[in-house]
Amino acid sequence: MQRARLLPLLKNSPTADAAAAAGIAVALALPLLGFRLVDSAQGLGLETRFLWVVYAALAVFVGRLALNILRLAREALHARAAPISRPQTMPRRRTRWPEAGCLALLIILALALPWLPFGDRNTVDRATLILIYVVLATGLSIVVGLAGLLDLGYVAFYAVGAYSYALLSQHFHLTFWECLPICGVLAAGFGVAVGLPVLRLRGDYLAIVTLGFGEIVHVVLVNWTAVTGGPNGIGGIPRPDFFGIPFAAAASEGGMTFAQYFGVPFSPVQRIYFLYYLILAMAVIGGALVWRLRRLPLGRAWEALREDEIACVSLGLNPTMIKLSAFALGATFAGVAGAFFAARQGFISPESFTFIESALILAIVVLGGMGSQLGIVLAAIALVGLPEWFRELADYRMLAFGAAMVLIMIWRPRGLSGERRPTARLKGVPQLATPAVAPAE
Amino acid sequence: MNAEHGILLDVEHLTMRFGGLLAVSDVSFHVRRGEITALIGPNGAGKTTLFNCMTGFYRPRVGRMQLNVDARPPFLLERMEAFRIAREARVIRTFQNVRLFARMSVFENLLVARHAALAHVSAASMLLGFPGYGRAARKAAERARYWLDKIGLTYAANQMAGDLPYGWQRKLEIARAMCAEPRLLCLDEPAAGLNPRESDILNMLLLEVRNEHAVSILLIEHDMRVVMRISDHVIVLDHGIAIADGTPEAVRREPAVIRAYLGASEAEAIVPARGPA
Repeated sequence: MQRARLLPLLKNSPTADAAAAAGIAVALALPLLGFRLVDSAQGLGLETRFLWVVYAALAVFVGRLALNILRLAREALHARAAPISRPQTMPRRRTRWPEAGCLALLIILALALPWLPFGDRNTVDRATLILIYVVLATGLSIVVGLAGLLDLGYVAFYAVGAYSYALLSQHFHLTFWECLPICGVLAAGFGVAVGLPVLRLRGDYLAIVTLGFGEIVHVVLVNWTAVTGGPNGIGGIPRPDFFGIPFAAAASEGGMTFAQYFGVPFSPVQRIYFLYYLILAMAVIGGALVWRLRRLPLGRAWEALREDEIACVSLGLNPTMIKLSAFALGATFAGVAGAFFAARQGFISPESFTFIESALILAIVVLGGMGSQLGIVLAAIALVGLPEWFRELADYRMLAFGAAMVLIMIWRPRGLSGERRPTARLKGVPQLATPAVAPAE
Repeated sequence: MNAEHGILLDVEHLTMRFGGLLAVSDVSFHVRRGEITALIGPNGAGKTTLFNCMTGFYRPRVGRMQLNVDARPPFLLERMEAFRIAREARVIRTFQNVRLFARMSVFENLLVARHAALAHVSAASMLLGFPGYGRAARKAAERARYWLDKIGLTYAANQMAGDLPYGWQRKLEIARAMCAEPRLLCLDEPAAGLNPRESDILNMLLLEVRNEHAVSILLIEHDMRVVMRISDHVIVLDHGIAIADGTPEAVRREPAVIRAYLGASEAEAIVPARGPA
């Protein structure tokens, strides 16, 4: 009896609702905030911090109350403005981001970055890091976003690219530009090698196998000391040169440095800017390639495979080739990005290729919205760039990360860039935002 | 070797077993060129299993399925991979539970069906948009528009296929199959979930496919309005065995069929009433 009356009360009263939220906060905060182990002279002791729990509960209560009041106020406003409520079946027209315009603006901004007032060396360095993740996420978006194959070991291909460049340049003295395509091809080969045995798998099973592959590569890197240098990694990797002209303070015998060639004074910034423009070019070319592929039969086949593999087969599409092409192309992106990473750092070790990297790249793809270029850039800035700028708050990084994820999933469950738009249109037919309704008969 | 009304598909002694269950047992029949052949039978009779065998989704241990084509040796379907059956033998099927690419537009759904036709264009001319690819792509768009006009769905071409009402999804699936230019179109319960008016429209569409496009049709159907009115040839399956084979009229009077559908005792009364008035 009591319950029956209490429940609607809880639902309707903003205060009661806030109190309930505060109660949950207390239950959560008591073990998390209320007790703390302290190291004292007598050994471990338990410190209680009940005041913190009270603060947490108060904060939740006030916040929830404010939210409730805001909602009630808005409802009241709506009720006055529009007494006849909108029919539930009418979907609201979603505002669409002018994706091409935003991308163009971003590219122009990126091109001008080194000359902007805030475009100092650090900023350009961070932008380079963001762009590496943009390239990686673009590659992964082919596999996960377009072909719908959940790959949790993507970082393995990144490692293949990085180690390929490091080893090839050390042992065979190949230049960066010679290595770049080789690294791409090697990574693609690994992509096919992983792709072949897991072709029959989908969803969770595929995720587990790729996760295992990522770990295998990591373990090999750590333990195969003779080749990979083990946990010590590989150092002294040659830096990329300007198409054959090195960036150096002093020229080698008979050679010329970048500064001499162009008759400018030497500055270490030159290489940083060059690397930045190089990865920017890679990101733009990669993005353009994916953009084009999505409009071609291959890209359409990837998406069709994501939607329904059996239907694809029944229409004469070879699922093996489609999956392998997605795996191979995605891996190529990672291989090229890996080679660039190794060249930029000059030093690589297995630490850079852990599962958390795979997870980060996947988070960028998911957050950006499956298979969306603009979304990837925004998500990379949010997930890679912002933590770099807010280093001082490093302790709260994961907290902010989680909060951002929760907020995005509430407001834009399909990712930052929203819903997928058709890549091919029949001309002369309007694009409606509402679901189809049969014409009046 | 096969004239206008020759045999297109010849199925002999087809047997499919799942563990102890004999889903299809020694079934032989043929589909004649330019005809609509209906495959009927109670639930669980093995109709869809038969479809799955013919389209390569199941691999039967016993039996032969031969698709006769002019000017080349026949295709032996039991030896081909599913996607090759669709691409080379061009036996295209639809599914009992509609399988559209839900988050792709109606138009894109139709373009995917043209994949095999577009695949011979070189990768370079695709990437860079050379005329060869442009022509092929334009042709694909033309075919798609043609079939959209046919089923009356042109106005929704750029909407997501998954947002369409059910009846339209069924029609779209047939249009998509037609875009793949089948020799034999296999439809798994195309009229399921359609109202009488919609199934009349479906009848007209299927007759048109047969008459104007010279495509042979094999269909599984429970809706007798469809089966009796448009099929030229009916095969009845019960418990994995073909119990009758002939014209709709002949099959309807077959005692074995009446028994299979209605049980032994009250046989005569109801079956004729289910046919067309």
